[in-house]
Amino acid sequence: MALRLHRVDSRPVIQLEQVTKTYPKASRPSLDNVSVSIEKGEFVFFIGPSGSGKSTIIKLLLHEITPNKGRVIVNSKDVTSMRSWKRPHFRRSIGCVFQDFRLLPNRTAYENVAFALEVIGKTKAVARRVVPEVLELVGLGGKEHRYPHELSGGEQQRVAVARAFVNRPLILLADEPTGNLDPDTSIEIMRLLDRINRTGTTVVMVTHDSNIVNQMRRRVIEIESGRIVRDQARGVYG
Amino acid sequence: MRMKYVLSEVLVGLWRNVTMTIAMIITMAVSLTMLGASGLMYRQVNDMKDLYYKNIQVSIFLSQEVTDQQRTDLETQLKSDPLVKEVLYVNKDEAYKRFQEMYQDAPDLVNAVKPDQLPESFRIKLVNPEQYKNIYDQYKDTAGVDEIVDQSRLLDKIFDILTAIQNIALAAAVVMAIAALLLVANTIQVAAYSKRREVAVMKLVGASNWFIQAPFVLEAVVAGLIGALLGLVALILAKYLLFDGSLQALEGLLSPVSWGDILFVFPFMAVIGGLVSAVTAWVTLRFYLRV
Repeated sequence: MALRLHRVDSRPVIQLEQVTKTYPKASRPSLDNVSVSIEKGEFVFFIGPSGSGKSTIIKLLLHEITPNKGRVIVNSKDVTSMRSWKRPHFRRSIGCVFQDFRLLPNRTAYENVAFALEVIGKTKAVARRVVPEVLELVGLGGKEHRYPHELSGGEQQRVAVARAFVNRPLILLADEPTGNLDPDTSIEIMRLLDRINRTGTTVVMVTHDSNIVNQMRRRVIEIESGRIVRDQARGVYG
Repeated sequence: MRMKYVLSEVLVGLWRNVTMTIAMIITMAVSLTMLGASGLMYRQVNDMKDLYYKNIQVSIFLSQEVTDQQRTDLETQLKSDPLVKEVLYVNKDEAYKRFQEMYQDAPDLVNAVKPDQLPESFRIKLVNPEQYKNIYDQYKDTAGVDEIVDQSRLLDKIFDILTAIQNIALAAAVVMAIAALLLVANTIQVAAYSKRREVAVMKLVGASNWFIQAPFVLEAVVAGLIGALLGLVALILAKYLLFDGSLQALEGLLSPVSWGDILFVFPFMAVIGGLVSAVTAWVTLRFYLRV
């Protein structure tokens, strides 16, 4: 009962209302009349075969693309009608991790994370205080001054997670974060994302790694051909 | 710290692609020199026009059979004409005196002409010398008028030549400017490509658009300003070598180019060079980075 009350009170941090997105020149929509609501602090998997429209959701949430129909609401802001000049500030409340890490090869782990702070106007002093802390949190203490090519894939992804989390975003989006990693390393990254989730950060993860989904037992939303075919609270890959 | 970051990015950017940077600066410099030169010529031609037109007269020669009535009618008409500033009547004796003075080196010619043969005339100064045509149309058919001669038509030929040179310089400036624009666009594209990873991360973590664009735009502006400075140097050299050197013989005809004139056109060159580069870079980035 208490749980239900809590749910009614809190506003969803992410809301897709009857969203349809058709890319130009595509024969069928990538997302077809999709409605999803994600509460603050949830951990959600989007699963489905390649081309099912999972990554389109990430792009919509980042305001990289706009839907043809419907509304996308993130942090109670209507992303659909957001002017493009407001996008940079909006993005600061969202952390993002990708399959290919997207680290800067000519910068150390520390510099990669500090770069993300400095380009949004934080001072070097702030970076000196915050960056070692977050690198410690992701388990890279002592490897701050290694370059990406001196780190393993799992360690590189940890740097990427640190960079995504250093601003304490409300939402962490992860687009196949374990796609390039072996199973053991993948589990470690998932533990890390779980720990970040426990700080109250909403985590939205797109994946087709069935092992991971089955182990985590979190909410699973399955998409096929642009439609939601399953939405299960403690789901498995199925 | 952010200013320091932006400035160091600008220097690194200019140095990374140094051959392209040099090409960009040179075309920019040539274009701006041409622009400055045509600006100087514009001032020059205007100065000369002021100087010459002030002293220009229109002569209305009267026919031999002109009656006293016609002459006084014409004089009152001219004096009440709003286009006319001054009217001076020259009778046959005075005309002969002037003729003698003008051709005193050719006594044979002077002896061959009798005072009676020279026409009397009105010498008039116009309020605006360029309205000669109106005067001509108005008086050419008036009774007693033989011929209307305008000195400014001769000068117009000289000014036509100067204006043509000015236009050629301006055209060259435009053509070079197009080349400079394309080079700026290309340089900015190369710079943006070599920094595509940084730009992608900056967009991802929410760096503001101006912060992403500033280093690229400033890179182009710095190149434009260096181009303008080189253009200034070129104009100074041109004054030394041409006006104070080989063209000095024409000094009586051409009014001299002063250092003040050159300093006057330089700010225009700098502003145009910087602004055009900035806009080109910005537009290129909008297409290329989609920020």
